[in-house]
Amino acid sequence: MTTRAARLFLALSAVRLFVGPAAAGEIPLPERRSGYEFMSRETRAVQDDDTGNPGTLWVLDGEALWKRKAGAADRACSDCHGDARESMKAVAARYPAFDPALRRPVNLEQRINACRVGRQKAPALAYEGKDLLALTAYVARQSRGLPINIAIDARSKPFLDAGSETFHRRQGQLNLACAQCHDEHWSGKLAGSPITQAHPTGYPLYRLEWQGLGSLERRLRACLAGLRAESYPYGAPELVDLELYLMWRANGMKVETPAVRP
Amino acid sequence: MTTRREFLVLAAASLAAPTAAKAQLDPNLAAKRKAAYEEALGKVVGGAPVRAGRVKLQLPPLIDNGISVPLSVAVESPMTAADHVKAIHVFTQRNPLPEVVSVHLGPRAGRAGVSTRVRLADTQTVVAIAELSDGTFWSDSAEVVVTLSACLEEGLI
Amino acid sequence: MARAIVNAPPRAKRGEIIEIKTLAAHAMETGFRRTQLGELIPRDIIRRFTCTYNGVEVYRVDLHPAVAANPLIAFTTIATETGTLSFQWVGDNGYSVTETAPIRVE
Repeated sequence: MTTRAARLFLALSAVRLFVGPAAAGEIPLPERRSGYEFMSRETRAVQDDDTGNPGTLWVLDGEALWKRKAGAADRACSDCHGDARESMKAVAARYPAFDPALRRPVNLEQRINACRVGRQKAPALAYEGKDLLALTAYVARQSRGLPINIAIDARSKPFLDAGSETFHRRQGQLNLACAQCHDEHWSGKLAGSPITQAHPTGYPLYRLEWQGLGSLERRLRACLAGLRAESYPYGAPELVDLELYLMWRANGMKVETPAVRP
Repeated sequence: MTTRREFLVLAAASLAAPTAAKAQLDPNLAAKRKAAYEEALGKVVGGAPVRAGRVKLQLPPLIDNGISVPLSVAVESPMTAADHVKAIHVFTQRNPLPEVVSVHLGPRAGRAGVSTRVRLADTQTVVAIAELSDGTFWSDSAEVVVTLSACLEEGLI
Repeated sequence: MARAIVNAPPRAKRGEIIEIKTLAAHAMETGFRRTQLGELIPRDIIRRFTCTYNGVEVYRVDLHPAVAANPLIAFTTIATETGTLSFQWVGDNGYSVTETAPIRVE
């Protein structure tokens, strides 16, 4: 075990051993705090200033891609959707959303690819590739400042429950559940870094650690690596269900895309 | 002192590639880096004395992640043809390389300064040196405590 | 693709000190990182940033690997005359980016 993993294990070995699924309630809306509030003043300043926020570079790329014709259909996003500032307003705030054709929720990246393949007749964009990140950042940017609004109905409830189960279940060599840190110990510290409530309010975001923009799935895979748990591939239903649960758990909080995080 | 980052990187390298050079950490690393800093400083100032003052180096005393630390330097100077700042040099004492940036400017800058974001490998002292048109050197230094972010991707395949 | 963002005022009064902020898209690979298998990733950084004002260099920065990725450089210059501010980033492996910004000085 690395030093960090060992310290984490020792620090949390005192925590009570049982965490019931869904027994730990979601953080009540008035108490929900964005990861923004846990950062240093300097890092917050990077997010606040569009001209100094490196995420802006991807948003600008996304804007260019939005207008570029692609695929056998020779269509640009703008040909169907017009000005993204109007048509994409509040869209990212309600993703992941239920896709009736696939009969399961999909995240924003998957929705964009569905258009790419189905409407533009172009090959799907690679997960975590520059183009998909740019387009996702551009679309999500149009929801900035708007409240997250995940609506759950009878069709999507089972997937929400699956995501909740993943969040509350102990996993990995460290045998920890997400809820133990992010529901019960937020505002504490993990080896010097503040533990946040884990709300995905600003994705895709510029993570200083990555020195680049990355998706929520990339961050979740890093979380799982931190637990020494088996990770899921990009686009896996387990990850999308968890994204659905995390966004639903953050309902009412404002979208910050492109956020900056340490 | 070895940083956590250095330890993790070297541990990974030594386990995965036995033929990679230097699986051992150099016990004199801090001293060597300090010496490299002195040498780099010497190249800039020659034998001239460096006076503390006139330079204001601003860095946060503690930062979330050493990979991007906002830094700004401002030097008091009328910035006239007769009396201005010719160059601003920033050095670190514990990074693998001591040089960070060198700014070359003149009266047309209006104000002598620079703002940027730098990488700091460890908790350390950062030094800013201003070279004036009259050949004198002035300096300021600042200490930064550097922490790491959580749940890194090392080990993720 | 967005290679750099420049923020400079489009107009200013003669003699006014204006603030310029630039952000370049570049990974600034230090040359000290290793892959999971221990191989060194070669250095690939921006080496120099230059600002010229109607062809005259007014500000120049030599960058080293210690500059963070997607480098931000903010500085000032005096608005002397109407014309063009030109910004150039030059680096390893033939990297070269130029952006311009017109300025009206009254």
